[in-house]
This record gives sequence, C-alpha cells and structure tokens, in this order.
Amino acid sequence: MSFQKLGMELLLIKLKMGGNKINNQNLNNNTDEEMVLNIGPQHPSTHGVLRLKTITDGEIIKKITPYIGYLHRCFEKHCENLTYEQAIPFIDRCDYIGSMNNDFGYAVAVEKLMDIKVPEKVEYIRVIVAEMNRIASHLLAVGVFGLDVGAVTPFVYCFRDRERILDLFEMLCGARLLYNYIWVGGVSHDFPIGWVEKTYDFLDYFEPKIIETNDLLTYNKIFIERTADVGVIPPEVAISYGVTGPNLRGSGVKWDLRKNDTYSIYDKFDFDIPVGTGAMGTIGDCWDRYYVRIRELEESLKIIRQALDQMPRDGDVYESMPKKIRPKAGHIYSRTESPRGDLGFYIESDGSATPSRLKLRSPAFTALSCMDEISKGWMLADMLTILGSLDIVLGEIDR
Amino acid sequence: MVDFYINLFSSIELIKSYQSSIFIISVLLAGIPIFGFMAVNALVAVYVERKVSAFMQDRLGPMGHGVGLHAGKWGVLQTLADAIKLLTKEDIIPESADKKLFLLAPCIIFIGSFVAFAGFPFNEFLIAADFNLGLFYILAMSSVGVIGIILAGYSSNNKWSLYGSMRSAAQIVSYEIPAALSLLPIVMLSGSLAFKDIVLAQTGSTLGILPNWFIFNNPFMIIAFWLFFIAGVAEVNRTPFDLPEAESELVAGWMTEYSGMRWAFFFLAEYANMFIVAGVATIGFLGGWLSPIPGYFDGSIWGVFWLVSKTSFLIFVMMWFRWTFPRLRTDQLMRMCWKFFLPGSFFVIIGVGLWDLIMR
Repeated sequence: MSFQKLGMELLLIKLKMGGNKINNQNLNNNTDEEMVLNIGPQHPSTHGVLRLKTITDGEIIKKITPYIGYLHRCFEKHCENLTYEQAIPFIDRCDYIGSMNNDFGYAVAVEKLMDIKVPEKVEYIRVIVAEMNRIASHLLAVGVFGLDVGAVTPFVYCFRDRERILDLFEMLCGARLLYNYIWVGGVSHDFPIGWVEKTYDFLDYFEPKIIETNDLLTYNKIFIERTADVGVIPPEVAISYGVTGPNLRGSGVKWDLRKNDTYSIYDKFDFDIPVGTGAMGTIGDCWDRYYVRIRELEESLKIIRQALDQMPRDGDVYESMPKKIRPKAGHIYSRTESPRGDLGFYIESDGSATPSRLKLRSPAFTALSCMDEISKGWMLADMLTILGSLDIVLGEIDR
Repeated sequence: MVDFYINLFSSIELIKSYQSSIFIISVLLAGIPIFGFMAVNALVAVYVERKVSAFMQDRLGPMGHGVGLHAGKWGVLQTLADAIKLLTKEDIIPESADKKLFLLAPCIIFIGSFVAFAGFPFNEFLIAADFNLGLFYILAMSSVGVIGIILAGYSSNNKWSLYGSMRSAAQIVSYEIPAALSLLPIVMLSGSLAFKDIVLAQTGSTLGILPNWFIFNNPFMIIAFWLFFIAGVAEVNRTPFDLPEAESELVAGWMTEYSGMRWAFFFLAEYANMFIVAGVATIGFLGGWLSPIPGYFDGSIWGVFWLVSKTSFLIFVMMWFRWTFPRLRTDQLMRMCWKFFLPGSFFVIIGVGLWDLIMR
C-alpha cells in the first residue's frame, strides 16, 4: 500500500516538473509592467542555494518558479554503491539540520526490512536524541524566520540555545552537526557518564527560554502584522501538494506520524500534536506555521523528560546490531516524522550488501513545491516570509 | 560661527579688503569642524551600536585581548580599523552602471546631511550658520539625501538597488509630512523657527520640579514627541522602517553595488542623519542644551554636554528599536504614515492650540 502511495508521489513530482517547463515558456511573454527577478542562488534569505525566478509587477509577486539542484550530490545513486552502514553519513548530510531524525528514519526502514527488534534502551536513546535534534532544528527555523521578517535578536537567542544542544551532541558522539550516531540495529555509543544529568539541566534551562522567545517575537505587534493572514495554505491545498510536518499542522490538519502511524516507542509517551488555529489570522498562515513550531518545542521537551525518566539505565546498545547487514531480497517503504515532516525511505534490496535502490521522500521538497500557489499576489517581502515559514533545507531538497 | 569669523577677520586692518577670501576662509573654518564631528560621530556611533547590539544579544561584540594585532581593549579601535579597511579598499564601479550618477550619489547623500548640520546648534553660540528659521532649514535639508538614494538605486543598474530606492523615495517623502507637522506645535508654543528662541522658550521650571521643556508642557506634546521621533526613525531608514536596505529581502537595497569609500560615505551620512533627527527632537521637545535641573549646570560647555547626552540617549533608543523589532512591509508602512501619523499630527496641532488657548 505504501508502495502505491510512493508511485503516486513520483507521478506527482513528474507532473510538477512538466508543469515547470510549461511555465518557463510563459516567462518570455512579459508585458512591460513585469520584471523578472532572480532571487538566489546567492541571497541572504533563500536558506541555502535555491534560485527563485520571480515575476514581479512592482513589488507584487506574479509567479514564482523555484530552480533547485545547486546542491545535488547524487545521494540516491551514491547509496546504490555503498553498503547499508556506509550510507548513514550520506543520509546525515541530506537534512543537515535534523541529522538524527534522518538516521532514525533510515535505521527504522532497514530494521523493518531485516526484521530486527531493537532493545528498549536503544529505542529510548533514539527518541531522546531525535527529539533533542527536533528542538535544535525548530530553534533554527524560528530564529531564521525572525531574521526573514527583520528581527535579528531572536535569531541570536535561538542560536545560543541551540548551541547547548549541539554541545550535548558533541559530548555524545563527537560531532556537532552530522552525527552518524543512530546505526542499524543500535546506536554508536551508549550515553556518556553525566550526559543524562546535563540533559536534565538543559531542559530546565530551556523551558523559560520559550517564553522569552514568545515575548520578544511571537506576540510582537509588527511580527503579527507581517505574518498573520500571509501565505495561507488551506488544508486541502496542503494535502493535495503533499505538504507534511509543521507546515501541514499549521493548516489545521492533525497529522503527525509519531501518533498517526506510530513507530519506535512514541506510543509510550504523552504529548499533544499542536495544530494551527488561526489565532492571529486565518488557519494556515505564516504565524500558525511558526507557532506550531514553537508549540512543538514544548511537546518535544515533554517527550524528552518522560523518556529520560522511564529509560532503563543498564543494557547493551550493541545487542541487536547485526554483524553484517544483508537484507533478503525485497523492498520496504518506511516513514518517520522528521522536523520537516514525513521523511520516507524506500529501499529495494537484492540480497547483496548494498541496496539496489534507495529513494528518499523529502518533506522540504513538497513544501517548496506549493511556493508558487501560496505566494502569488503577495509582495516581495511576504514571499520571503512565506519561504522562511516553510522551513526548507536545500540539502534535503536537492539530495 | 560664519558671521563671527567674518566679523573677526574684517576687524583686522591687514586683510580687511579681501572680502571674498575672508568669506571662503570663514566658511571653511566653520565647516571643517562639522566634517570632523560627523566622522567622529559615525566612528563612535558604529562602535556603540555594535556593543549595544552585542549586549542585547548575549554576545561580547568587538573585543581585543592580550598582545598582538587586535582592536584594542574592548575593541574600541574596531571602527577605526573598519574605516581604514573601507578607505583602502578597491574602488569598484559596476560595468553597466551609469558612471556619472553612480559617482554623484554618495556626494549628494553626504552633502545633504552635511548641509543640515550647518544649521544645527550645539549650544547658544556653537552653530555654523545661525538662521532665524533653523528648524525649517534642517527639515528641508534632511530630505535632500533622498535624491542621492534614488540616484544610487537608479545608476547601479541592479534590481535590488532599484527596489530599495523606490521604497526609500516613497518612505522618506511620506514621513517628511508627519515629521514636519508634529514639529509645528513647537513653533506654535515658542513663536519662532530659530533654534535659539525655541530653546530659550523652554527655560525655567514647571510644576515646581520638572524643567519647562515642551514635552512637559501639555499631554499633547508627549504625543507630538513620539510622532516626530518615530517619523524621524522612518526618515533615517532605521529598523523597524529599514525597508530600503532590508538585508533579508533586498540584499542591501540601494547600496548593494557600493563598496569601499563610497559605502563609508553612506554610513557616515546615516549616522549623521540619526544625530540630526535625535538632535532636533532634543531641541524641540527636551530642552536642547538646557540642564535637566533648572538653574543648575547651565553654561556653554554644560550646554554642549547636555545636548550631546540627550541626543545620544535618543540615538540609543533608536538602536534599541533596531535590535528588538522586526521590519514592517511597504504597504503597512504607508498605511501607518497616512492613516495614523498624519491624522495624529493634525490632532496634536489642534490639541496643543486649544490647550494653549484655554490654559493660558
């Protein structure tokens, strides 16, 4: 069933690419009033190397065509020539803001393919680091979104707090951004001595900081003016484009794979799925998407706290780790909830040590695809606000 | 100061007959200190801005420590190093730019704020050119810069620059009006456009303790002060009104193509304009060079001190704005100007007039 869904998705992507070509031809028939503006690939607000070919009339956006591929590294083709273990560092580099979640998704997929049951301790460790990583990712999204609407200070505050998570990860696995921590069948190390206590300290430190961000940015009058009612994604549009994650929840759709299609041990924790309510404007506007991320910070804190409390202290993290990863021939599509949405891995195995095909379903790609639809008619400044609210990572879009 | 120098030189028998030379020398003698002041003001303000932003953001800002080549203790030499870097940088003019206008634009922007400084009083006597309509003159001159901004945006032949200059033209021209209208109550209360008379009208004390500044004159004046100050922030393109150079939208707006010394001139002008807006607010509403404790610490030197410190405080408030608020959108900016600021300033004018009529 999941395979059928994937097929539909591929078809959709194909259709969209065809659509782009038709639009390119239209670009040449400009009237005198219109100007083609190339935003990117070098621009402070494109969140990476993205090029947006924008047709503007004065400051009003008429049409946006995103051009991607500046960061294309042949990830999927690479994986066909790498063993399952060797693919993990490459998967780290896809969504470089949420590496732990990427590894998590991949590990879950391969484990499903190989029928590996992971010990409970490993599950807890995975959930804790994944949620920590989600906080780090959302902090970056919130901070950069503030930067997009012109507020510099919240960005620095968010980075200050994110720094503490990165320090914790550095203590955990030596890396600050690309962790290579979650492996198939286990994790690379157990928690080091003192890590759990430091994480508790971080949780106590971080909880009031959310209120600080709310005071400084979320309920700022200018910020609300800039983001409320702007770039509304109606729920049906979001679903038809395949938008997932906080962007979909911002549109009021209660869809979170951690609850709806639960994996690992997420069913053991008590947490809410925040959805956009249109508190400041319409349901699905930029403010809602932003606020869903803020609320998710709180929910992630809840999960981490419960997981740290419940986690079995002793146990072997290498217990279920296979000596060699050689899944029998077959295929699997597995999806997990990354900070950006449904992160899907389709793996086809022919029984050898390397996957014969590996496809990554990128949530940021689908989020970017609805850019044209939702930012038409808005002004240039709003367009960059909308782009910021979608929280895209070009490493994952281009792969 | 110019009149003073002309009189001084004319009284010397030896050079009495060279009237035109005397005039030029007098103007230079009055003008060069202004240039010096503008440069020092920019150096200090940039350093303070960096430190203020750093402290607001949990950072240290420019720092130097230990021996070796660095920016001095607490980074005090940082802006000097930046200035040297800017002055020695390669001078780049884009190939497709309109060269003449491209070179002219920084000059116009700089001249705009320099000329405005000529009418700005630091105390009763320290004013380069004493007009009897100084307020009017400064308001007029502070909008000369917009021509330079439009030229810069147009001549760069860059879409970002064009956007920036279009926004800037709309913004500055619009906010001129509420800024000027909210200064009218001062003219109504003091009955003069000359800075000297405006400040002299604020001497003494009111209600026993408060100094008799115009801001404490009546409740409407507090509104007028805020209207002028916010419109002034918009006029000098500072956050939350920094749309013309909005770095997250327009890369660097109208100054995208400028670098090196020309860009440094824009910077110089920006901080000079900040000083002028804050200074006019100080003179008009906060008693100019008068001491906050009526009757004490008055005098020429104290006057300069009070004026500069009050102005610096207002500049600090502008920096505070910048590191706290997000940016408005063009249409919101215009709506704010025409729907709130303009009616607001009319309301204040009527209010102050009625108050004065009834209370006096």
